[in-house]
Amino acid sequence: MCLGIPMVVSSIEKNYTAIAETMGVKRTISMRLLPEAQPGDHVLVHAGFAMEIIEPAEAGEKIKLLKSMLKEST
Amino acid sequence: MTEDYNFPPERFDSIAQPLLDKIHKLGMHLFEKKGRKLKVMEVCGTHTVAYARSGITELVSEYFDLRSGPGCPICVTHQADIDRIISLARKEDSLIVTFGDMLRVPGSNSTLEKELARGRRIEICYSPLDAVDVAARNPSAKVILIGIGFETTAPAIAAAIESAESAQLTNFWVYPVLKLVPPALRALLDLDKNLSMDGFLLPGHVATILGSKAFEFIPGYGLPAVVTGFEHLDLLTGLHDLMLLIAENKAAVGNAYSHVAKPEGNITAQRLMEHCYTVEATTLWRGLGEISASGYSLQSRYDSFNARLNFKTEAHDGTINPLCICGKVITGRATPRQCQLFGRDCTPSTPVGPCMVSPEGACGAHYHYM
Amino acid sequence: MSEKNQLQDIIISSHGDGGLLTHRLLQEIFYPSFNNKWLQQEGDAAVLNLNGLRLAMTTDSFVISPLFFKGGDIGKLAVCGTVNDLVVSGAKPLWLSAAFILPTGMEQIDLKKIVKSMEETANGLKVPIVTGDTKVVDSGDRDNLFINTTGIGLVQPGICFHPRNIEPNDVVIVSGSVGDHGAAILAQRLQFDGNSSPASDCAPLVELSEKMKPFYDDIKVMRDPTRGGLATTLIELAVAGRIDLVLEEEAIPVKTEVSAVADILGVDPYYLASEGRAVLIARAAAGNRILKTLRSVAGAESSSIIGVVGEGEGAVYLRTRLGGTRRLKMLSGTPLPRIC
Repeated sequence: MCLGIPMVVSSIEKNYTAIAETMGVKRTISMRLLPEAQPGDHVLVHAGFAMEIIEPAEAGEKIKLLKSMLKEST
Repeated sequence: MTEDYNFPPERFDSIAQPLLDKIHKLGMHLFEKKGRKLKVMEVCGTHTVAYARSGITELVSEYFDLRSGPGCPICVTHQADIDRIISLARKEDSLIVTFGDMLRVPGSNSTLEKELARGRRIEICYSPLDAVDVAARNPSAKVILIGIGFETTAPAIAAAIESAESAQLTNFWVYPVLKLVPPALRALLDLDKNLSMDGFLLPGHVATILGSKAFEFIPGYGLPAVVTGFEHLDLLTGLHDLMLLIAENKAAVGNAYSHVAKPEGNITAQRLMEHCYTVEATTLWRGLGEISASGYSLQSRYDSFNARLNFKTEAHDGTINPLCICGKVITGRATPRQCQLFGRDCTPSTPVGPCMVSPEGACGAHYHYM
Repeated sequence: MSEKNQLQDIIISSHGDGGLLTHRLLQEIFYPSFNNKWLQQEGDAAVLNLNGLRLAMTTDSFVISPLFFKGGDIGKLAVCGTVNDLVVSGAKPLWLSAAFILPTGMEQIDLKKIVKSMEETANGLKVPIVTGDTKVVDSGDRDNLFINTTGIGLVQPGICFHPRNIEPNDVVIVSGSVGDHGAAILAQRLQFDGNSSPASDCAPLVELSEKMKPFYDDIKVMRDPTRGGLATTLIELAVAGRIDLVLEEEAIPVKTEVSAVADILGVDPYYLASEGRAVLIARAAAGNRILKTLRSVAGAESSSIIGVVGEGEGAVYLRTRLGGTRRLKMLSGTPLPRIC
C-alpha cells in the first residue's frame, strides 16, 4: 500500500507545490503534508506528495552504526 | 533501482553483503533452536513485493516463512464497492480517475478496464491532485476520484478534496474506500491470539503518517514487530532487527525506518485527516469480514464531494468460490500455493479471489515473482 | 467458469499488452484460422521462399499516444519498428508500405511533421516507401492516428535465426539500456518534467545487424524487445526454444532516468518497451567478440552480456543485485502506475 520514493526538493513553487528530483528526473510534487520542507531536503514521496523529511544525519548514523556492528561480529 | 537515499553504490554494497551474512547466520541458529522456520507476517503488500523482487525472500527461505498480511488495499476492497465504482463509470458524463492498481480489479461482472473498452471515460492518475486538474479542465464532466488506500494515501486524498474545495469546483467527487491498518491488525490478533506468528514487519509508510507509536499495542499480544522501509537496506535492517527481538524473546516495537517514520508521525497529515474524515463504526474487508473502526468516510462538511452520497450506485451479489482461501492467505494462515485454485483457475488475468487481483496481493506477488 | 468467459468477451486494452492476453487472443482467434507453416515459425517476420531466394515479410501497426515524444514520433517509430523486425530476422530491408488511418480533427501540420519524419528516417536507411494508403475515420480524439507499415527484405544466405537453435551455455546479449521508450511515454503521460525525463531509444538496427555479419554462424536468434519489454521477449524465446534463461540483474543496463520513472510509478523496467535495441542469443565462445563489435556501433555502446542459457522448459530467472533469485513471468496487461 506504500510505494514511496526518496526525492530531493529542488525548488519550492507556489500553492504548496515543489519541484523534486531523483536520479536527475524531476516532477512537481505537493508539499501540503510537509510545508516545512526546504530546497535541498531529502523527502519521501508517495502519490505525488512529500510525506516526511528523510533525516540524512539519522540515515548516516544508521549506516555508521550498521558498519560498526557488522565489523564487531566478524 | 533507486540508489538508496542517493548514497554512492560502494557504501551500500559494503553493508548489504555483511548484513545478509549476519541474517543468514542468525537465521540458521534460530531455525535450529526452534526446530522450525521463523514465521513472520509482512503486513503490507508492498513489502511482499519488495522482499520478493529484491530476491531476499528466496535468500532467506531456508529459515524464514514469510507470510502476507491484510495490507493490500485493492485485495481488501469489497466486491460490492467495485460494483458501485463500475456503476459510477457507467453514468452519463462521468469521468473516473483512479490509481492504476484499480483498473483490472474484477467486480461481479466487469472491470474498469472493460468499461474503458466500452467507451466509458476512465483515466489513470499518479497523484490524487491530478484528478482535481482533470476536473478543472473538464467542467462538463462529472469527475470521480476513487479514493482507495490506507493511512499512507488518505492524507493525499484529503488534500485533493481540500484543493477542489478551494478551487470551488462543483464537478469533483471522491468515492472513499479508505481503510485503517492498526485496527485491522488488532482485530486479527484478537481473533487468533498470535496468528502463530513470531513477529511482524510493519508498513513503514503507514507508520510515517501515523507514527511508529500507532503500533505500540502489538507487544501486548506478546509479539515483536519492526517498522520497516522499502529500499534494499531498509528491507534487510528491518528483517535483521526483528530477528534480534525474536532471538531475545522480546515483545517490543522496533523502528528500522526511524530516518523516515518518527514516533509521532506526520502531524500535519494527521490533522488534515481528522478534519476531512470520520471513522466508520464498522467496515467490511474483503476476505476478513466486518472490522470495527477500520475505515474512513468523509466528514459531513465534505458531503458535496462525497460520491457515495451524490450518486446512486448498484452492487450485485457476487458468489464467492468456496475453494478460494484468500481470507486465510491474508491472515498468514495459508500460503498462496496451498490454495487449490492458485495458478490453475486463479491467475492474474483470471483472478478468482482478491489476493490475485493485484500484483501486490499475496497470490499475485507469489505468482509473478516466485 | 462463466465469469471468466464473460470478462473476456470484448477486446480490452490489455489484449494489446504483448504478453499473456495478446498471446491468448492469437491462440483463440487468429491462429485457428490463419494456420500455416509461415505463421508457425512465430518469428518477428515470415520467411518466404521464392525461386531459391528467401524473402522476409513483416507488418506492424503503430497506435501510440502521444504522437510526439521525447526522442521521436509515431512516424519514426513506424519506419524503425518494421525495419527492425526485418533486421532481427536476418534480412536486409528493401521496401516498405505505409497505410494511414487519419482521425477527423487532426491538425494537418502535425500530420506533415510525422510524414516528414518518416521520409527522413526511410531515406536515411535507403528503404523506400513504395506503396501506401490513407483513410479517414470520424474520431473523438484528434490524436488517434494509426499507421501500419509492412516491410519486405532479403534474408542473407546462410542465416538461420530461430529459437530452436538455442543451446545450454549460450549467452544472452542486449545491445543497450532497456525500457527507455516505455519509460519515456509513461513519463510524458504522467506529467514528469520534460527536460529531465527519459527519451525514447527509437532507432533503426540496420548498422548493428550489418556489423554482426561475421557472427551470423554464432548467433542463434535475434529479437527486438518492443511491446512487453525485455522480459516478455526473453520468456517467448525461452518457451519457443525449450530452455531456461538465468539473467544477472547487475548486468542489465538500465538508464538512471528510466529507473527513476519506473521507481516513482512502481513499474518494472524489464517490461517496458525498447524501440532501438536488439537482444541476441549466441554461442558462448563468440560472446566477448560480439560484445566488442556491438560496442563499436553508435547507440550500442552499453551492450552487455546479461545472462546464460540452461536446460529447462521455458523459465526465465533473474539473479538480483542482492544475490537472490526471482522469476520473470509473462505479464498480463501493460505495466500501470501504482501507489501500492
